[in-house]
Amino acid sequence: MIFHPPILALTLVSLLSAAAAVWASIFAVELLRRWDLSSGAESQVLLERRTYLVSAVMALVMTAELASLVLFVFNADRMAVMFVGAMCAVGTLNASVYGLPALLAKLAVFFAASLWLAVNYADSQGRDYPLIRVKYRLLLAVAPLVVLAAGLQLAYFLDLKADTITSCCSKLFAPGKPGLSGELTGLGERTALVLLFTGLGCLLAAGAAALRWPRSAALYGAGSAAFFVIAIAAVISAISLYVYEHPNHHCPFCLLKREYGYFGFALYTPLFAGTALGLPAGFLGLLRQPPSLGAVMPALLRRLTLGSMACFSVFGAFAAWAIWASKLILFA
Amino acid sequence: MPPWFERHRLLIDFAVASLLRRKTRNGGLLAVYTLIVFVLGSIMLFGEAIRREAAAVLSGAPEVTAQAMRMGRHDFSTRADIQKLGRLLGITHIEGRLWGYHYDTASAANYTLQVPPAEDSAHALAPGETIVGEGVARLRKLTPGGYLFLVSAEGKLLKLKVKEMLPSASALVSSDLVLVSEPDFRSFCGLDPDVFTDIGMRVSNPQEVSKAAEKAALRLPGFRFVTRADMLRTYEALFSWREGLLLAVFAGALLAFVILAWDKASGLSAEERREIGILKGIGWDTGDVIAMKMWEGGLISVTAFLAGAVLAYGHVFLFSASLLEPVLKGWSTLYPRFPLTPSVDALELSTLAFFSIVPYMAAILVPVWRAASADPDAAMR
Repeated sequence: MIFHPPILALTLVSLLSAAAAVWASIFAVELLRRWDLSSGAESQVLLERRTYLVSAVMALVMTAELASLVLFVFNADRMAVMFVGAMCAVGTLNASVYGLPALLAKLAVFFAASLWLAVNYADSQGRDYPLIRVKYRLLLAVAPLVVLAAGLQLAYFLDLKADTITSCCSKLFAPGKPGLSGELTGLGERTALVLLFTGLGCLLAAGAAALRWPRSAALYGAGSAAFFVIAIAAVISAISLYVYEHPNHHCPFCLLKREYGYFGFALYTPLFAGTALGLPAGFLGLLRQPPSLGAVMPALLRRLTLGSMACFSVFGAFAAWAIWASKLILFA
Repeated sequence: MPPWFERHRLLIDFAVASLLRRKTRNGGLLAVYTLIVFVLGSIMLFGEAIRREAAAVLSGAPEVTAQAMRMGRHDFSTRADIQKLGRLLGITHIEGRLWGYHYDTASAANYTLQVPPAEDSAHALAPGETIVGEGVARLRKLTPGGYLFLVSAEGKLLKLKVKEMLPSASALVSSDLVLVSEPDFRSFCGLDPDVFTDIGMRVSNPQEVSKAAEKAALRLPGFRFVTRADMLRTYEALFSWREGLLLAVFAGALLAFVILAWDKASGLSAEERREIGILKGIGWDTGDVIAMKMWEGGLISVTAFLAGAVLAYGHVFLFSASLLEPVLKGWSTLYPRFPLTPSVDALELSTLAFFSIVPYMAAILVPVWRAASADPDAAMR
């Protein structure tokens, strides 16, 4: 199946990204060992010059990784027709043991990439490379993830065989099924919705606090990550039921299909964007503010927090709309 | 307006002016780049269109087809087999189908002879009548009211009056089709009255198709059961594979282009070098120059992508992909002439963007950085 065009494109991008990440990590180790801004030695000047190249390469890699997550899921959904038993992306991902791990690794890369891009942007705002060490330590943490995601994705694509019989989403997302998917599905509609809307209220309150007291941005960042998990659980256990108007259809991927008006895109885009903006807000809030970013950092934190809050609110509005517009009545 | 937005707007402005200052050099690169996107785009759009046609064609096929097998080869089904199937829960209609191939020596082409299903009243035929496909009519210069003469392998002559012609919209499936009545078919092919080519079964609930096929297989253990989903899966896999293989072949061209882009980006003219030196001299830093140069690359990339994609669309949907047709579609004397249904798919377009934009941007990065990180005095000297 490796000759399927989107698979070729995804493999090309992931291999390029992995190679760039390995090369950038080697440079990161060198930089962390030898960086001395006060030195005028030639090696320091060379390091400074090469940071621009690494930043540009990694910005390209991270942007490509963000886009490749969307293509990966979209392609998995489209390939469902090729496997017996598959009806959406879940069936395609289930067709190999590497499918779901590859998706989870790509999700991790997505959020790590958004975090790194924000730190890189903040660093480029100061003339004295204020966050250079943080940025390259972070790069050393992100690079293995990029390589792991590329490896899992390649293993997944190589393992896909046309004669595989796979299971559809109703098998995976069924209450009582052992594993994470079963746990998420069996959360209970009432619990999930209470958690979702209470969580959203608390998160927006934390966001308002972070706007007032920038030191509390870290709390907002942690809250964004927690809310993402709660939101996904709520989508699987309750919101999806309202969209499908079916009390037992819990699939989070069928929402992306035309039959349901591509509602998943309206739901997931603000959720992912809100988390991708909230995480760096929290991370940057944790750092000691460098003097050269004195005026820039608070403004950046504010923009990230406000953007994230707006995205989460849009997600909440769509979730509420799905419940309101549905003909399914779960609570009499 | 946010300051970063304003900064990038000005950088784009500068990049456009810089590109226009070197029209010939950038125009050449743009032309080659557009050609690459055009070829890759044509392959992908055509592959997608033909998969869509196959799915549309199969939408009218029975959900399950049963074929008798003897010694691993396809054999005739009989009326007794249909009776053995009897009534099965979930299967709404069972019918013996009569169809086969006939090699016509006069036109050196294979025709598909078929008896229209009993419930298809629009194509009901009396003995001596026929309805022909677009390809057969073209090859034998037939019009409604005219006569089609067929000679069987035993030398038996069949004279058929053309009742009507099948619409060319269905040409992909019906180009080589000759519909005849059951008595004509049986006498022309020398078939016994109680045999059929195979058995078609209609299943009303799509989720019960495999179960229905399973139940039917218990009653007819020697038969092969093919579901419509199986056929769709095979077409999807086959055309995807052909498309991917062709793309992989053209990856060589893409690689050559990437090398060309690298080379072009590396070989800065003295004037460009001086320009970068002056920019850095007046206060631009390396990051600004890289951003400006990346915008230049990005603009070339997006322009080539859009132009290539539009040209590929025209090639595939207005000119029926004349350059690629034989490779992806297959060929035969009676190959249907049919316009592909125009459609643009977001997945195909994103794949094309990944194939064309990412390698180019990756190729120009290092040369751009090298040019941007030069010392201003060295660059201006």
